[in-house]
Amino acid sequence: MSIKGKSYIIGVFEHPTRLATDKTIPQLHAECARGAIEDAGITKDDIDGYFCAAGDMSGLGALSMIDYLGLKLKHWDSTDTGGSSYLLQVGHAAEAVAAGKCNIALITLAGRPRAEGMQTGTAPRAPANPMPESGFEFPYGPATANMYAMCAMRHMHQFGTTSEQLAWVKVAASHHAQYNEHAMLRDVVTVEDVVNSPMIADPLHRLDCCVISDGGGAIILARPEIARSLKRPKVKVIGTGEGPKNQYGGKLDLTYSGAVVSGPIAFAEAGVKPADIKYASIYDSFTITVVMQIEDLGFCEKGQGGKFVSDGNLISGTGKLPFNTDGGGLCNNHPSNRGGLTKVVEAVRQLRGEAHPAVQVRNCDIALAHGTGGSLGTRHGAATVIMERE
Amino acid sequence: MAEGQQVRKIPAPQPNLETQPFWDACAEGKLLIKKCNACGEVHFYPRAHCPFCFSADTSWQPASGDAVIYTYSVMRRGAPVPYAIAYVTLAEGPTMMTNIVDCDLNGIKIGQKVRLVFKPSEGGPPVPCFAPV
Repeated sequence: MSIKGKSYIIGVFEHPTRLATDKTIPQLHAECARGAIEDAGITKDDIDGYFCAAGDMSGLGALSMIDYLGLKLKHWDSTDTGGSSYLLQVGHAAEAVAAGKCNIALITLAGRPRAEGMQTGTAPRAPANPMPESGFEFPYGPATANMYAMCAMRHMHQFGTTSEQLAWVKVAASHHAQYNEHAMLRDVVTVEDVVNSPMIADPLHRLDCCVISDGGGAIILARPEIARSLKRPKVKVIGTGEGPKNQYGGKLDLTYSGAVVSGPIAFAEAGVKPADIKYASIYDSFTITVVMQIEDLGFCEKGQGGKFVSDGNLISGTGKLPFNTDGGGLCNNHPSNRGGLTKVVEAVRQLRGEAHPAVQVRNCDIALAHGTGGSLGTRHGAATVIMERE
Repeated sequence: MAEGQQVRKIPAPQPNLETQPFWDACAEGKLLIKKCNACGEVHFYPRAHCPFCFSADTSWQPASGDAVIYTYSVMRRGAPVPYAIAYVTLAEGPTMMTNIVDCDLNGIKIGQKVRLVFKPSEGGPPVPCFAPV
């Protein structure tokens, strides 16, 4: 069975806050849900499926949020792969809708790491309960930044990728963010600005790293006949894929990501090729994340990602692959340290023709959203979603 | 690293039923890896089951302690002192996470030969680290 064309994204919402000192996490979830419900033009009681990542609410995750939001459901799921959770959840929601397990599925994300003063990128996170690998990793100080940095270091060694090439990813994101009134960082930066910013974890500089922000977002999927009954532009889900990546018992290779699995599955289901993609949301926790995923999704040959992203090739209007036209995680927003949901939101804006006019891709009929959650340098879950404007 | 220079405190690993022999060996200055008696593959981190053929017939093997740096990064923010996290490929095959120690952190290179050295953890067994040869 394929999910192609069996569900549509009928509503999306990105919370405008970037610092939520005055709100609770459940309150943010509710505000995001309300925003997507209003965008779709439905009511809360139309929703019969709900997706809330286990890590977005303590305890049994979705169960507390189902209670708090007052949802009446037939189907729910707490799949959690960190920042890519929402991309997997779009796939799982599409499956549930296609199988008739629910008619309208809501996905929410919310969190406030900035308000809580979380040292997101530079402090190793001690697990509440040890995982099987913990004793062999945690003593060595694996934070977020240095794990992605080790991927960048190996990529540079093996393929000749340079800091200047990585910097182009941030430069492109900043060109887009200048038009986003909600973006945390709206100043256009240069390659020199990036490589001259303080070193965080060799070879990644401060401007190679995404922002830390509060907020969240929501996505609503529905059956085709429901989408057709609504007034919003039609965005059809045509292909999804997911792929875990790990250390393979010590046969470690940090030069590629789980996109080598998720990408081909999604492209095959959608019946399209990388060359057909007019706009791509690519998870940009760090600049290296984008380079590796672009290679693994087949937008260029393996090892050529640095060259591919250079010279503005990701900038809308001038580059071959317009990406993250909201400014992405590097400049706009990385709500709750999880950037997968906003990747879908901006892709939907592009397909609807509702992106900022300065970054709107012309004739944007097919878009891709892709992400990596967990750590690129240890274990992660990759997911790809391909959508088409009808 | 110069005498008296501050070094990063290493949090204690938490041995469990599967890994206690590994940490007991560390206390004696030995690095153990797991070998599968069914398929012959060695793996890391050590498990009761072989992650390749899924046999439950695995045994502990001593590693030589010789390795080569696969990749590394020096963490320069967020910690009281900079430190080098790395993956090193053991002479026996598997690649493991570690710290590169007892050296100028600015001189570390991928492909560099390193040798096993144990460093104390805070309240736990010593932890296998590596230093340039």
